[in-house]
Amino acid sequence: MSGQAAIVGVGCTKVGEHWELSVLELAVEASLKALDDAGSPPVSAIYVGNAASEVLNEQGNLAVLLADELGLRGVKAVEVRAGDASGALALHQACLEMAAGSRGPVLAVGVEKLTDVMIQEVERVQMLFEDARATFHSGITIPGLCALLTRLYTQRYGASYEDLVLFAVNDHRNAANNKYAQYPFPIAVEAVLNSPLVADPVRLFDTAGVGDGAAAVLLVRAEEARRFSDAPVRVLASEAVAGEACFSSREDLLSMSSLRKAATRALKRAGMVIKDVDFFELHNTTSVVGVLALEELGLAERGEGWRLAREGQIAIGADWPVNTMGGLKGRGHPWGATGLYQAVEATWQLRGEAGKNQVEGAEVGLTHNMCGLDSLSCVHILARWEVRT
Amino acid sequence: MKPIRPVGIVGYGGYVPIYRIKASEIGRMWGNDGCSLPIVEKAVAGPDEDMTTIAYEAARYALMRAKIDPCEIGAIFIGSESKPYAVKPSGTIVAEALGIGSHLLAADYEFACKAGTEAFQTCIGLVGSGMAKYAMAIGADTAQGRPADDLEYTAASGGAAFIFGLRSDETVAYVEGSCSYATDTADFWRRAGQPYPCHFGRFTGKPAYFRHVITAARKLMEELGLGPEDFDWAVFHQPNTKFPLKAAKMLGIDRKKLEPGLLVPYIGNTYSGSSPLGLAATLDVAQPGDRILMVSYGSGAGSDAFSFVVQDAIEEKRPLAPPVKAFLAKKKYVDYATYARFRGKLLR
Repeated sequence: MSGQAAIVGVGCTKVGEHWELSVLELAVEASLKALDDAGSPPVSAIYVGNAASEVLNEQGNLAVLLADELGLRGVKAVEVRAGDASGALALHQACLEMAAGSRGPVLAVGVEKLTDVMIQEVERVQMLFEDARATFHSGITIPGLCALLTRLYTQRYGASYEDLVLFAVNDHRNAANNKYAQYPFPIAVEAVLNSPLVADPVRLFDTAGVGDGAAAVLLVRAEEARRFSDAPVRVLASEAVAGEACFSSREDLLSMSSLRKAATRALKRAGMVIKDVDFFELHNTTSVVGVLALEELGLAERGEGWRLAREGQIAIGADWPVNTMGGLKGRGHPWGATGLYQAVEATWQLRGEAGKNQVEGAEVGLTHNMCGLDSLSCVHILARWEVRT
Repeated sequence: MKPIRPVGIVGYGGYVPIYRIKASEIGRMWGNDGCSLPIVEKAVAGPDEDMTTIAYEAARYALMRAKIDPCEIGAIFIGSESKPYAVKPSGTIVAEALGIGSHLLAADYEFACKAGTEAFQTCIGLVGSGMAKYAMAIGADTAQGRPADDLEYTAASGGAAFIFGLRSDETVAYVEGSCSYATDTADFWRRAGQPYPCHFGRFTGKPAYFRHVITAARKLMEELGLGPEDFDWAVFHQPNTKFPLKAAKMLGIDRKKLEPGLLVPYIGNTYSGSSPLGLAATLDVAQPGDRILMVSYGSGAGSDAFSFVVQDAIEEKRPLAPPVKAFLAKKKYVDYATYARFRGKLLR
């Protein structure tokens, strides 16, 4: 899918522990902000990405409930569920709706409320995104799987854990200027290395925190975009690709085929090569996953991704700015909302509204949101209105 | 809340069991590498101790300082969540052991970690209204945490007892006022028949502990026309080291004012005994004229705040019983296996 949709409104809540808000209220807050940003036009469809509200919040059917709360009677309401890629997949489905000739604007919302249950339940549910037969029942957790990847990566490529966590340090540096971030402060490498061990060698400050949040974007057909916004953002490509759901049967654990394929297809759709992209919002469950993403995108050779962080090449102002508003580690990772936070943040960059974190001259941004560890990848390429392909 | 007639503390006493287990020893057992241990060590009740024996020890010291005939005590209330009997009062056991007469009002209170300070308020009310000459309030626990749970590092044993009477030259401190704040906030609970409590992780912080402690403290200050600078000492409920220090910071109270009563790093969270023991340790060092802020917290959830002003009698009565720090210094370390045996964690 390409070129037919534009983002004319964005909104999000702060990521954090929203004890006082329900999953639905979070979605309402983000949705109203996105609608307001575009002048509150009538909406014809809403797509809601959410990973696990039935288990976490004892509430399903979120799309219909959200439509009702927003007073959107008679609209098409679709819930999209693909683990922590639910948000980007909801955006993808909304783009398809536009491509299919939607009669009006379409709202894509991502929402997750993780703090209604204990951390042990969060970890259990997160593992359900992996293949239960081969992985879940072994008792390992997502940080545990990331620990295996980290050990394998450091042993095979000679990088140290200290090198890898520079990815998390980069996230925090950028999150410091994002008022919606869960952890808006910088951290040093030493702080990561001295934080509690989660799964040897992965440390607490190298893992995405547990937080609640919602983010939303309003899409219209590209040819109508200027009616709703002075600075619409083009969706040049929206791709979703299934990877290998079973972690243990992958040919090489240190590759992410779903990302590689989704990015290749998206760039082809957009008529671009990776060097045309000015900044990246990547899915870093832990640092090693972010580093692997750099390699899958072709920004570094295999086994060399960690060097980009060490040499400062993923910082704002460098060649490949990554996670410009904090990424999963700094901004936070409310599963089903993460993909839409990425779209909101990319829109800020392309509108020139990213404040101290503005990537100068940003014209094209790439977002990558993933379910589990390579189960499914969604890649979006967004561009300033003036960019045409 | 103020009694119609002025009420004060005629005697107080604290007690902490001799046994300690280091948090690092519990961490060793469960594979915690020590990065996030909430305290240094906690007090462990011995195999021949339970909540009532701890309450008795503390009450005995309170009587020694009060210098009154035990038979003049008209009421005894024990706040605890580790009562030896599910149905049978603990107060009667302690009263009988102390030689308090049988014309007695006795009841056990339960409100997670603030049951002890509820007993304070009841005693203040009874004495202030003239229904009792003296009344005794005890907060004591042998708290249990599920093995490997975060609470296991802190759930500890200890208690303190306070005898209230009308304000006079015999009272070591008088009550300026009290204020409570309670809501239905389920941050920590134990259902009937369950051996260990459940808790809601980080929810126990901002919406639970801090909301209630801060609200009760601010309301008390507002009602008394006092500010944080007016207090010489402060005692907060101590579930870990971090929470009371953060509460003090939020209220604008210098952390130095907490130091005498901040016992949690070395004895753990003694639940209903926590803030009363902190108050006892603060009375051990306070000077006549000093004002003490005390705020308890009980999950479920609520806080009781008090303002006490220390009187001249403290100088004479303080040496009549051991100070709390004597119990801190007197300790024997046990390993996890011994701790498991003492606390009945092994099925036989």
